[in-house]
Amino acid sequence: MEMTRTKEAGLIARILTGEKELFHELIRPYERMVYLTLFSIVRNETEAEDGAQEAVISAYRHLASFRGDAKFSTWLTTIAINEGRKRLRKAKGAAEDSIEEKEESHEGDYTPAPLTDWREIPLEALERKELREALRGAVAELPYIYRQVLTLRDLEELNIEETAEALGITTGAVKVRLHRARMMLQKRLVPYLKTTAPARRSFFGRAL
Amino acid sequence: MKLECKHVWEHISEYIDGSVDAKLREDIERHLEHCEICSAILDSTRNILILTADDRTFELPVGYSERLHERLAKELKSAEKDSEKE
Repeated sequence: MEMTRTKEAGLIARILTGEKELFHELIRPYERMVYLTLFSIVRNETEAEDGAQEAVISAYRHLASFRGDAKFSTWLTTIAINEGRKRLRKAKGAAEDSIEEKEESHEGDYTPAPLTDWREIPLEALERKELREALRGAVAELPYIYRQVLTLRDLEELNIEETAEALGITTGAVKVRLHRARMMLQKRLVPYLKTTAPARRSFFGRAL
Repeated sequence: MKLECKHVWEHISEYIDGSVDAKLREDIERHLEHCEICSAILDSTRNILILTADDRTFELPVGYSERLHERLAKELKSAEKDSEKE
């Protein structure tokens, strides 16, 4: 789905030399990505949509400052993140704490929840609406820094390096946050994945 | 080296991403062969991620794309006017 870099570079060059209408084409593959990035920050559909529009307009206005050394998608994501943070600050006023990026040093429980009966669950279970809702809820409830990394990496499918670049953090930090985010999701969703098969108590009784 | 479950869990995310080194990958795979718990954790995590990436899980608002391109068209038009004035 993603445009090749060469094709994209060609489009950008043409837009900058006057074929402005081509910006519609340039942006189309990334519409979803921009929205999801905004939504992961502001967590409100209307705000996310308004922010996505602003981010796209801003990308258009600043296209001349795009350097080919980054991927266009990463550059665009950075703009979307900035727009989201701006909106969040405006909405929260002084109570800005929640978007401060906390250090990872605090000890938390980032271990997965054990289950043994996953394999017995038919694939259709994944199609259940209830499971999707639970997943949306679980993602929305992740602490900010984890939600952000998970959104870029697992919803928008940026790679580790791109995610690090867009967020301005190291690849090591991306990996740590991603691992914790994924384990938190796994833990939250296990109750929805269980079937009627009883867990084997003796197994879980052990200290894991 | 024989791995403990806890050790496997620490690497699940990187294992899924294929970014563990060959030796560790081999150790993890050997562990998974006989550990039902870790296999289930791995499978469930992987499936949750598939579901996360599925477009139907996180849907865009109806009409989002149309409104975005309308807004963009307006912007392109007004930019054109500005350059004509100059």
